[in-house]
Amino acid sequence: MLYGLIVFLPLIGAILAGLFGRWLGDRGSHIVTCGLVTASALLSVPAFWFVAIQGNTQIVELFPWIISGELEASWALRVDQLTAVMLVVVTSVSAVVHWYSIGYMHDDPHQPRFFAYLSLFTFAMLALVTADNFIQMFFGWEGVGLCSYLLIGFWYHKPSANAAAIKAFIVNRVGDFGFALGICAVFFVFQSVEFDAVFEAVPRFVDTEIEFLGTHLDTLTVITILLFIGAMGKSAQIGLHTWLPDAMEGPTPVSALIHAATMVTAGVFMVARLSPMFEYAEFTLMLVTIVGALTAIMAATIGLVQNDIKRVIAYSTCSQLGYMFFACGVSAYQAGVFHLFTHAFFKALLFLGAGSVIHAFSGEQDMRRMGGVWRMIPMTYALMWIGSLALGGIPLFAGFYSKDIVLEAAWGAHSGVGQLAFVLGIMAAGLTAFYSWRLLFMTFHGHSRASHEVLHHVHESPPVMIVPLLFLAAGAVFAGMLFAPLFVGDNHGFWGDSIFVLASHTALEEAHHAPLWVKLLPLVVAVTGIGTAYWMYIARPELPARLAEQHRELYRFFLNKWYWDELYDILFVRSARAIGTFFWKKGDEATIDGYGPNGVASRVLDIARRAARLQTGYVYHYAFVMLIGVVAFVTWYLFIVGM
Amino acid sequence: MDWPILSTLTFLPLVGALFILVVRGEGDVVARNARNIALWTTVITFFLSLLLWINFDVEEAGFQFEERVGWIAEGIDYHMGIDGMSLPFILLTTFLMPICILASWTSIQTRVREYMIAFLVMETLMIGVFGALDFVLFYLFFEGGLIPMFLLIGIWGSDNRVYATFKFFLYTLLGSVLMLLGILWLYFQFGTTDIPELMRAGIDPFWQRLLWLAFFAAFAVKIPMWPVHTWLPDAHVQAPTAGSVILAAVLLKIGGYGFLRISIPILPDATVTFTPLVYALSIIAIIYTSLVALMQEDMKKLIAYSSIAHMGFVTIGLFTFTPAGVEGAIMVMLSHGLVSAALFLCVGVVYDRLHTREIARYGGLVNRMPLYAFCFLVFTVANVGLPGTSGFVGEFLVLVGAFQVNTWVAFFATTSVILSAAYALWLYRRVVFGELTRADLKEILDLNRREVAILAPLVALIILFGVWPVPLLELFHAPVENLIEQHEAALAGVRNTLNFAAAR
Repeated sequence: MLYGLIVFLPLIGAILAGLFGRWLGDRGSHIVTCGLVTASALLSVPAFWFVAIQGNTQIVELFPWIISGELEASWALRVDQLTAVMLVVVTSVSAVVHWYSIGYMHDDPHQPRFFAYLSLFTFAMLALVTADNFIQMFFGWEGVGLCSYLLIGFWYHKPSANAAAIKAFIVNRVGDFGFALGICAVFFVFQSVEFDAVFEAVPRFVDTEIEFLGTHLDTLTVITILLFIGAMGKSAQIGLHTWLPDAMEGPTPVSALIHAATMVTAGVFMVARLSPMFEYAEFTLMLVTIVGALTAIMAATIGLVQNDIKRVIAYSTCSQLGYMFFACGVSAYQAGVFHLFTHAFFKALLFLGAGSVIHAFSGEQDMRRMGGVWRMIPMTYALMWIGSLALGGIPLFAGFYSKDIVLEAAWGAHSGVGQLAFVLGIMAAGLTAFYSWRLLFMTFHGHSRASHEVLHHVHESPPVMIVPLLFLAAGAVFAGMLFAPLFVGDNHGFWGDSIFVLASHTALEEAHHAPLWVKLLPLVVAVTGIGTAYWMYIARPELPARLAEQHRELYRFFLNKWYWDELYDILFVRSARAIGTFFWKKGDEATIDGYGPNGVASRVLDIARRAARLQTGYVYHYAFVMLIGVVAFVTWYLFIVGM
Repeated sequence: MDWPILSTLTFLPLVGALFILVVRGEGDVVARNARNIALWTTVITFFLSLLLWINFDVEEAGFQFEERVGWIAEGIDYHMGIDGMSLPFILLTTFLMPICILASWTSIQTRVREYMIAFLVMETLMIGVFGALDFVLFYLFFEGGLIPMFLLIGIWGSDNRVYATFKFFLYTLLGSVLMLLGILWLYFQFGTTDIPELMRAGIDPFWQRLLWLAFFAAFAVKIPMWPVHTWLPDAHVQAPTAGSVILAAVLLKIGGYGFLRISIPILPDATVTFTPLVYALSIIAIIYTSLVALMQEDMKKLIAYSSIAHMGFVTIGLFTFTPAGVEGAIMVMLSHGLVSAALFLCVGVVYDRLHTREIARYGGLVNRMPLYAFCFLVFTVANVGLPGTSGFVGEFLVLVGAFQVNTWVAFFATTSVILSAAYALWLYRRVVFGELTRADLKEILDLNRREVAILAPLVALIILFGVWPVPLLELFHAPVENLIEQHEAALAGVRNTLNFAAAR
């Protein structure tokens, strides 16, 4: 009942605001959606207590969904420790974002629709994290994708927003291509899609082979790689990350909720949830580590040079997701989920803070036209500092605990890929600190580069926007120190059976015994990064331009986001359109029709025109030809019999 | 049931058509009465079909509500009956008919009486084809259904209707003649055209292959499969809205139903022989037509191409001979029946207002038509196969079934996950989103009550069967299981004989 309420209250809110929004009005929609999501958030606290602290995991069966042969999937709510953590993250950030949006969206003419989408998203995300089988997980997975599509394209009159929305959906679908095949493979191998049944059977399939696309491959490796492709799409990992920066076309609260705190972390959640499968697939774990590490460094390099405030934070999200993945890749799922947990708070804070900045600058997002306003919006300024300190991994702030344990676990894996992840992770940490403070300095310090008119209007956001930020700020400060002992401490009891790690995978254990230099290095590079940012943007503001000039090629490479979009445009978009046109004009029209019906039809039409003069109406033609058919048959029959 | 409910259901629309025929009076009065009679007839037929569902025993794998009366000759009886594979199609037909009549309420102004008669006759023929258990009877309904469709396109169609009608005609003719030959061969060989009896006939493998190809010609054109699909986009473009609805929702399904009812059970050996062919054509269809759909500039053509891609899923699923695959294929057909109908109705709504199907003429409709945008969105995501809509259940089951049989097939079929999203969202974006710029669109009105009444039940069913498809799935569990068992038994039988022959 409790869990049912947590999951379905947001859905009720979405339906009420979505279908009856025109009668409820803006105010009514606010009350309904914010009220129900907040209720859901409050209920998730006792849920966390019962499940995570007291260890009462539970599976609530609702009703059957798809039953076909051996395949049985039900709607169910699986609430274990991992789910409980996600419930807290999703409902609390969602509630905060709902409240914040009342202020942020107050001029928008379509508020009921906006709040309906937000609540629907919350429901879909909750359905994802409470799934008890692969298919319901896929439901939540696609549901959040749909809401993301709708919310990115919320301002539907903007062509760029529409393009970004479609791009997000389709790139995600490329990932889902793998996910869907993965589910098929799971059912093919295990004859079930229920988590417990599958997890229980996994050890029996170690070192077995499956025939996939004509080759014999290791069963669990194939399945986990397919599923991981899905995770890469949703969590914007290298190669499938291109949609995330574009998704910033959506309203800023959406970026905070969906594209920072919750939806994009679904891939990490999936890998953690499926840890009983991934643990037995060494190759896939290696792949996860490499992909995560490469994403972390790639996104960080792009983040260095972007000028749009939201894009900087978007690339930072992409990079942090990379950290979470390589933590999972070295079997430190707990560390990955812990970073997911803290990241949700400080990244939502940064995004909403950025929203407050954008709000203050009358909609301006380009940092080159900001600056010099920290005295005018002190609250926002302070909150952005807290978010950046947490992201940069400065001691006592949340990110310090989670990022350090992730890096230490990478070191503690004592494997080649672990070392790679550690080195790239350390480099990315330095870059992270650099671009975070670059953002702070460009936005708030120096001489203002905004126009007089804009500067005149700069104002602090209303309380309905600031108060939710205070809540997130509390999370960004305390979430690390409070939960570190619980989530990644020496006592591993917290996660129960929800995360499975083979006894031979000791990265997390080793992490606790990391030498001092490993523990200190992230801090050293972070401080160096901050110092460099100070030097380049406060002390010597002319330096960045000169550097860009000196290293022109590299600068352009980063600025243009490693040219992924251009590459994909040529490889997929253009070629799909060209092939489509070719099939249509040359295939259907010229070949099939040309040699088929049109060729024949031109003959038939000649005859038919003559016949039509006698009698109009196609029934007669039809009957006539049927008759010919019968005659032909009888002739043939007689011929056979005659033989 | 001690009265022939199935025949009553089948011929009830015909009775309505007779009533319309005798209506006398002024033009307007005739039109009004014709519409009302047609609506009431189809509504009553729908409720009668629900009675069929209520009294249907889902545990029973065999035929129910059977009726048999002597007919043309010894062995060719009027034999009707349904099982769980035919009932949902009957329900689909009867459910969509009142919607079609309502959709034509104002858009058809010429020859209303003839139009309604054509529709009612078509309903009889469509229910008949799903209820027929005699091959000759099946053929009669199968072919007969084309005649009203020709008339609908030929008389009430758009500008280029003659070309479309002839194309439609040529293709279907080719298939039907071959099927007729096959039926007659069966009759002269076995002295019966009773479908259940033919399933037990055990036809010689060589002849099975010839017959299979003959029937394949008929069903592949109907469903349609690549490369005999090009009649469909033209027929859809030219047909009036309700004609497109019936064409996409029901007539295409007759092809799939034909495979299910005839090719697979009667010709098991040949079915296996030609399975690779079916896979190949289906995969080509999925990828090829999805890419073609991406480039279309006409709304109806785009949806027509997307239909062909979806039918590729149907043929793959049917020929996996796994429970998931076959049930998934049936589910895809049913879901596509709802979704494609809904999409064509959506085109009809704006076509009635602006009289163009050209995508570029629209844009920004959401500004004036939020309700329409919402319905269209539900149908679009159902077309994309989003979980939670009926579109997902079937496609997913087909993929599951395909993966069990051949991973290459599953791999290529799954590309539809990406391609369908591309063409469907691109259509939606161009029609619904964006700035409202054109002058004539600025006055466009949102759905009226009649249109809401048409689209709301479709929205509800698409979501209901997406979340809770069990009522449909349980209908065809037993017969599909039976079908697969018999298929395997038949194959084993053939192999045994062959082994025996080899041993001798």
